[in-house]
Amino acid sequence: MVLRTEPFILNMGPQHPSTHGVFRMRLTLDGEVVVDLEPVFGYLHRSMDKISETRTYQQIIPLTDRCLDYLASMSNNLSYVLAVEKLADIKVPERAEYLRVIMAEMMRISSHLMAVGFMLNDMGAFFTPLMYMFREREKLLDLFEMVSGQRLNYNYMRIGGVSQDVPEEFLPALKRFVQEMPHFIDEYDQLLAENEILLARSKGVGVLPADLAVNSSASGPVLRASGVKWDIRRGDPYSIYDRFAFDIPTGTAGDVYDRYRVRIQEMRESVRILEQAIAQLPGGLHRARVPYLLRPPVGEVYGRIEAPRGELGFYLVSDGSIAPYRLHVRGPSFLNLTALRDMVVGWKVADVVVILGSIDIVMGEVDR
Amino acid sequence: MPWNWFDRPLPADWPGGYWWHLLVFAVFIVGLTLTMVMIFIYLERRGVARFQIRPGPNRCGPFGIMQPMADAIKVLFKEDIVPDKADGVLHWLAPVVAFFPALLILAVVPFHNGAALVDLDIGILYVIAVSSISTLGVVMAGWSSNNKYSLIAAIRAIAQTVSYELPMVLSIIGVIVLTGSLSLNDIVARQSVPFIFFQPLGFLIFLIGLMAEMNRSPFDLMEAESEIVAGFHTEYSSMKQALFYLAEYAHAFGGAAIISTLFLGGWKGPILPPLVWLLLKTVLVFAIMFWARATLPRVRIDQFMGFLWKGLLPLALINLFFTAAEVLVWPDGLPLALIPINFVAAGFLIVVWSGLIKFGGGRVAVQ
Repeated sequence: MVLRTEPFILNMGPQHPSTHGVFRMRLTLDGEVVVDLEPVFGYLHRSMDKISETRTYQQIIPLTDRCLDYLASMSNNLSYVLAVEKLADIKVPERAEYLRVIMAEMMRISSHLMAVGFMLNDMGAFFTPLMYMFREREKLLDLFEMVSGQRLNYNYMRIGGVSQDVPEEFLPALKRFVQEMPHFIDEYDQLLAENEILLARSKGVGVLPADLAVNSSASGPVLRASGVKWDIRRGDPYSIYDRFAFDIPTGTAGDVYDRYRVRIQEMRESVRILEQAIAQLPGGLHRARVPYLLRPPVGEVYGRIEAPRGELGFYLVSDGSIAPYRLHVRGPSFLNLTALRDMVVGWKVADVVVILGSIDIVMGEVDR
Repeated sequence: MPWNWFDRPLPADWPGGYWWHLLVFAVFIVGLTLTMVMIFIYLERRGVARFQIRPGPNRCGPFGIMQPMADAIKVLFKEDIVPDKADGVLHWLAPVVAFFPALLILAVVPFHNGAALVDLDIGILYVIAVSSISTLGVVMAGWSSNNKYSLIAAIRAIAQTVSYELPMVLSIIGVIVLTGSLSLNDIVARQSVPFIFFQPLGFLIFLIGLMAEMNRSPFDLMEAESEIVAGFHTEYSSMKQALFYLAEYAHAFGGAAIISTLFLGGWKGPILPPLVWLLLKTVLVFAIMFWARATLPRVRIDQFMGFLWKGLLPLALINLFFTAAEVLVWPDGLPLALIPINFVAAGFLIVVWSGLIKFGGGRVAVQ
C-alpha cells in the first residue's frame, strides 16, 4: 500500500509572536524541515511614497519617523535631510553635524540592542537578555526625550540642522552613558555569548555566502557578517564621518552567530564614535537658515546613510515646487529579506524564527 | 521538646485499616498540590522577574501574593472557545489527561516516615508509568485542536518522550541498586546521607530528564512560544487552558517531590517537621528549574534528541555500572570517602563527554 502524502503548508504570520510585526511566511514543510518559503508582506503598507508627494519638504520629516523603521527614527530623519540638503545644496553648521552624528550613533546602539535582544528571544531565552538590553535602551530613550521631547518618533532633524540645541543636562548624561556602556556590552556578552545552546543554535545556521549577499543587495550587519567589509560611513562618507576613527567589524561565516557578533561589535564602535564626537563637539549654531517652504532646484538626487539595518537611501525628484515630485525609499529591511529563502531552506521551523530575527527586519520599513 | 511530636514515627502500616484515612489523605494531597502550584507560580513570577531586573507582580495583596488567585479568577471568567473543526471529545478530555498524572505521582510520595497515601512496593515503577501519561494529554490536545502548530507540538512531544524516558529511568536504577528497594519510603529511610552525594551524575541526569518531562525551558519544545505560538494549547482558552497551566506546575511539584525523595533525602532533616523539609527541598529543585528558564535559550528538537540519546543515555549507563561496582565492593553501605571521588568522577565524565558529543549541523538537504 502506498500512502498518499501531501506537503504540509504552514502559514507563519501575519499574527505570530516572532515574525517581528505583520510579516507572513508561507512555509512548505517536510516534517519540521522547511522545503520552501514564500515571504508575503504588505499588511502594513501605508504608502509613504505617495503621501510624500502631497507634503512640503519639511513636512515629510515626521513621516520618515513613522512610516519607516520606527526603531531607528533618527537615522531615517538623517537620511532624508541629507538627501534634501544634497538636492538644494544647503550648508549645515558644524555643531549640527556633530549633533546629528551623536544622535545617529545613539540610535544605532539602541536599535542593535533591540535586534540582539529579540533574536535571543526568538531563540527561546525567556526575555532575560531582552530585559537587560531594555535597561540600556531606556537610558538612550531618556536622552532622546531630553533633546526632542519624544521617545520613539523624534522628529528632531531639520533641513539645514537639527530642530533645537541640546539642553545643558544632555551632555553630562551622555558622557555617563558612554562611560558605562562598554561595561554593559561586556555583561551581555558574558550572559550568553559562549553558551553552548546559543552556539548550537546559531553557529552554521542560516549561512548567507558573501557572493549571494552582494548579489541580493543585502547591506548592514547582514552583509558584513558574511565577510564583506562595506560600510557607507567609510565607503561613501556622509556628514562628518571621515573625522572619526572606528573599525568596521565583519564576520567570516555569515551565519546567525556572526550577525550577532557583528552587532555587538558595532555597538562598541558606536560608543567609540560617540566618545570622539563628544570631545570634538564645537559651539555655534544648531541650524542653518532655510526657508520653511523650501523650493529645491529641478533635479534628482539619491542620498544614503548607513542606518542600523543597512543602507537607507532616499531618492528624490524635484520639479521646483514645494513638494517632491517623487520620493522613493530604499529600505534595508526589505532588501535584506531577499535572501531569506536561501538562508532558511533545509533548516527547521525553530531555525526560521532565529534566522528571521538575525536579519532584524522592521515591518514598518519593509511595507512602508 | 516541642518538635518531638513531628519526629515521632508513624505506625508502619499507616494509614492502617481505616478507609477514611485514604479519603482524608487524598483530599490533603489535592489541596497541597493546588496550594503548592500557587506558591510555585508566585515564586516563579517573582523569581524570574528578579532575574530580569523588574519587580514582578506586586500589586495584588502584600508583595503580590494574591496574584495567582487573581489570575485564576480572570481565567475562570474567560469565554471557552472550541475551534469549529476540533475533535470535541478529545479536545475536552486532553487537559484532564494532562493534569491527573501529576496528582497520581504524589500518591506514593512519603511526606513523613511511612505517611504516603499508599506505600507501594513498586512505588518508583509506578511513578515512571503514570508520569508518562501526561504526554498522552499533550498529544491528544495537539491532534484534536486541528491546528498546525499544535500538530507540530504533538509530534515533538512524542519524540521528546521517547528520548528522555530512557536516561531518566536508568538514572533511577542507580538509586534502586543502592537501596535494593522500589518503595519510595524505603528509599528515603535508607538515606542517612542524601543520595545526591553518592549519585551526583544520576541526580543531574534525572534533573535534566525531569525538566524535559515537565516541559520546562530549555526543553520546552512543545510549547515553544517563539516558534509554534503556544504549541499544543494554542487553541485552548479559559479553564481548559488554565488546567494545562495547572498541570505544568502540578507536574513540576510532583517531579520535584520525586527528585527530593530519591536524591535529596525526602522528608528527612533536622529540627523542622518532615513535611516542611520535603516542601523546602521541592521549592529548591523548582528554583533550579526557573533559574534555567530565566537564563538559557531553547534547544532545537534534533539537538535535544541527540543530547539525550548520545549524551545522557551513555552517561546514565556508565553511572549505573559504577554504582553497581561500588555496591558490589561495599555491600553493607558505601563509605563516606566515596563522596569526593564520586563528584570528581562525575565532573570528569561530564567534561569528557561534552567534548565528545557535537551539536550544530542539522541542515537537511532538500530538492
